[in-house]
Amino acid sequence: MDLLIFQVPILMVQASLDGILLGILFALIAYGMALQWGVMNIINIAQGDLVILGGYITYFMYLSGIHPALGVIVAPAIMYFVGVGLYKLVINKVVDRDLFISILATFGISILFMQLMNFAFGADVVLANSEFGTTMLFDNSVTLPNSKIFSAIISIIFAIGLVVYMKKSKLGRAIRATAQNARAAKILGVDTEKVYAATFGINAALCGVAGSLVAITFTIHPYMGLPYTIRSFMIVIIAGLGNLPGVAVSGMGLGMFEEFADYILGTEFRIGSVFLLLVLILVYRRFKLSKKREYLK
Amino acid sequence: MKLNKIILSFISAFVLLLSTSVTSFAKVVGDKIILGSAISLTGKYSSNGVHTQNGYNMAVDRINSMGGVKVGGKTYKFEIIYYDDESNPKRAAQLAERLISQDGVEFMLGPYSSGLTKAIAPVTEKYGVPMVEANGASRSLFTKGYKYLFAVLAPANLYLDVAIDLAVEKNGGKPVTVAMAFEQDAFSQDVRLGVLEAIDRTGSKKVIDDKLPKELNDMAATLAKVKAVKPDVLVVSGHTKGALTAIRQIAEMKVDVPMLAMTHCDAAKLSKQHGKNSQYALCASQWHKTLTYKDDFFKDGMTYDADFKKLFDYAPPYQAAESSAALLVFKDAFERADSFDKVKVRDALAATNMQTFYGNIKFAEGGQNVDKPMVLFQVMCDGDNCENKVVAPTKWASAELIHPIPSWSKR
Amino acid sequence: MKNNNIILYAAILIFGVLAPFMLPAFKVQLSILCILIVLALTWNIQGGEMGYNSFGNILFYGLGMYICASVQVGMFFPLAEWTESGGEKTFVHSPTQFFQGMAFGLLAAAIIPTIVAGLIGYAILGLRGHYFAICTLGLGVAAGEISGGIEIIGAGQGFTTPPFPDVGNLESRGQFFYFLSFVVLVLTFVAVKSVYSTRFRLVLNAIRDNEDKAEAMGIQTMKYKIIGWMISAFFCGLAGGIMGGLVGYIDSTDVAFDGREMGVFMVLMAILGGKGTLWGPVIGATLFHLFKEGFWTYFLGWQYVALGVLIVVIVIYFPEGLMGWLREKYPEKFGEVVDEADRKAQVELK
Repeated sequence: MDLLIFQVPILMVQASLDGILLGILFALIAYGMALQWGVMNIINIAQGDLVILGGYITYFMYLSGIHPALGVIVAPAIMYFVGVGLYKLVINKVVDRDLFISILATFGISILFMQLMNFAFGADVVLANSEFGTTMLFDNSVTLPNSKIFSAIISIIFAIGLVVYMKKSKLGRAIRATAQNARAAKILGVDTEKVYAATFGINAALCGVAGSLVAITFTIHPYMGLPYTIRSFMIVIIAGLGNLPGVAVSGMGLGMFEEFADYILGTEFRIGSVFLLLVLILVYRRFKLSKKREYLK
Repeated sequence: MKLNKIILSFISAFVLLLSTSVTSFAKVVGDKIILGSAISLTGKYSSNGVHTQNGYNMAVDRINSMGGVKVGGKTYKFEIIYYDDESNPKRAAQLAERLISQDGVEFMLGPYSSGLTKAIAPVTEKYGVPMVEANGASRSLFTKGYKYLFAVLAPANLYLDVAIDLAVEKNGGKPVTVAMAFEQDAFSQDVRLGVLEAIDRTGSKKVIDDKLPKELNDMAATLAKVKAVKPDVLVVSGHTKGALTAIRQIAEMKVDVPMLAMTHCDAAKLSKQHGKNSQYALCASQWHKTLTYKDDFFKDGMTYDADFKKLFDYAPPYQAAESSAALLVFKDAFERADSFDKVKVRDALAATNMQTFYGNIKFAEGGQNVDKPMVLFQVMCDGDNCENKVVAPTKWASAELIHPIPSWSKR
Repeated sequence: MKNNNIILYAAILIFGVLAPFMLPAFKVQLSILCILIVLALTWNIQGGEMGYNSFGNILFYGLGMYICASVQVGMFFPLAEWTESGGEKTFVHSPTQFFQGMAFGLLAAAIIPTIVAGLIGYAILGLRGHYFAICTLGLGVAAGEISGGIEIIGAGQGFTTPPFPDVGNLESRGQFFYFLSFVVLVLTFVAVKSVYSTRFRLVLNAIRDNEDKAEAMGIQTMKYKIIGWMISAFFCGLAGGIMGGLVGYIDSTDVAFDGREMGVFMVLMAILGGKGTLWGPVIGATLFHLFKEGFWTYFLGWQYVALGVLIVVIVIYFPEGLMGWLREKYPEKFGEVVDEADRKAQVELK
């Protein structure tokens, strides 16, 4: 147990801010995960790999001299089509099935993607420099790289944009209708195939945005996808499906928890404690519900 | 019953498949000496796995084209069988077993990373297969009494203790405070042990000791602590990912430390990816092209660097150089043993005493190379043009160490 | 029918006993195959029979691995110094020490995970469906990450297990581990088979088909769920202990709590062969191992692409696995009575 963070209280501010900014990025990925889970009943294990792919798109823009921040526009555009293509090739065959089948099928896709990215892009760890500089607060004892602030702002913009789109646009309403009752929607004339493809495409696009932000803020590597997948569905589980504000709050909460765990328990237990937290939350919920003789659905 | 017939036919198909997939390479086929190698073509070590493979291949081509290996009056050429260890120790151990028992290989080249070498070493030792490895630096490899393991590189604990000594020297001989961040893998943790020993030796104090999980690409928490505690030295080791992440976040968070010492800077192509931000970083290296070691095959460091660039289109990091050296060691041993008998070759390897473009090579009892010190170089920039200049040991230095690192506000 | 079965089992047993001598170069491969079959068989108790898809059985496997090695070392030498041996100390096990240590180690490797399963079962098995799957996934990953930070078992530097002592000849180590894994495989198979022929299996199936109804009928489902998990834990722990000795080097996330590979593979193997059957996991594990090794040899660098495609194909086109597919084609062989008129009627509807 390291109590440095309590001895130097300004670190708590640093940890909180870092955690919130990080969490907002996770929440974006979680949003995509929740979308396809709610609409198509699919848990996409390849989510993190889609994120990394988005990151590579931005990286190549950076290599060609284009400012990587523009990646947040280009990457989702390209990834949308990747998502639709993936849907038409593989996902449409698992949509009507058991949730578990989707986990395994997307696991297979995840393995494929990791390898293909390894071949296509090489195995080097890379990053894209945005040269955004740093914001200093509290007399330089709290530093926030502007790339992290940029990530948070872009994530919020896309998230809000998506919520609005879902409420107002025709496709958005079709998606929500299909999520509520696919059969009824079909009968009423909604082309569910198109809806599913679009949903998966939107998810891939969200991952593309997140990936660009990861490339700008951290580093990417073909095999780095899985942690993003796992964090995103942890957030969805904690928030509960269909609970969008919950996803945002859980995301930020998770981010902050990670940072504080890093300081207090030690960096080596940072990731382990996050998963332990997941287990504890699920167990707690289970006991609470069992008192009412119910169980988690 | 049909079901049982089906099951029985599976078993027979199984046996048939197994028997048809037995390939037999043995140690020498025709005029080729077969060397087996585990390489990380996929997985988290794949980038360095490729550097290692390129180093091996370049050396094989060079030696083969320059007269090959002379044993028993005949001339032989090298050939390497590669398998992908997937950056996984279990796979690496399986692969070693496979190469030796199924493929009949009798001489091995090492994998990339200490963890994988630690997994393979017990296997090669058990079968008495000499292995020359170039990328497993963990000291624990050399304390197990392995007789068939030979490492051309300096052990991990020597990587960064020089930095601590340098810091103390620059502090007028007084002890310093040290902050450390090491990745959770065999190699980095061993570097850490070396640093801890240096700290003990100089009476210095460790103020931060963070262990970074392998999947983590964010060191902000550690760096925030560093800012709060203000140590004299910050040491970071986390393979390529660690070096890249550290430099980026140190620049972003404007962390001021008088001395920053890391590993894997050149494999991370720091000066290329980060430019001016990587300035003043001290890097531990097994080799640098400006060192004046020579040999008959690669001439010297600068020539090796140029030739490698021509072949593979990028500058060779030390991982490639040391891999090439491994082949030189094998050639020398085969010729001195004048035989392909494993024990004779092993004894010849143990008696190695040679100079290569990579450095001097002489093995101690445990298998480590005791004749090649680590070098420390510092990234120095002239405008936007950044280069790595050797600053320690002084015998090889081409520039003077810049210490302390100027604060970010002045850069 | 009974006679045919006995011939079959005898054939397999004989093959198993003679295998390391007939195919000496494949001893390690066969040992690994035995371990994979054990993992698939035990996963099937949760996944196939009970309908609880567990991604966390790897927890018991990893625990078994660390426990076996720790006991084997700790009985004779100070454990902290063995693992801290990035240092100068090397300890050598005498043959008696090695085998004694292994025996007690495996015993502990089987018992302790079983107790763990019993303790956490009540909490974890109360979750259903994908919540159970993800919770167990979290357990597995957390175990891997946390054990990577514990110094006494090696932390990031890993744990080199005691080397096989100098007995017999070069083949001895391979033979020892092979027979060990084969014996454990036979034990697991016998245990699972006998469990399946009792009411226990029917209860598990009832839980799978409709847990609420089963509860309403008065079955204490939790008791059966926990016992099922404890059985899996017992054999997974053994398998882990053996694998640790076989590989020789334990790394927390890559070898012991290898969630992303072993953890998922045990699921895939059972599905490939056909979950919910006795032989399904066995066949699935065998085929899977063959494919994987084949890809690795012939598709160097591309083996994971091939594996990924294989997984997608299995999951989409053969989700019932090989046994399931056979069951559809030849239901009579599985003891299902088919009403011909009924069947024709179904065909016509299409």
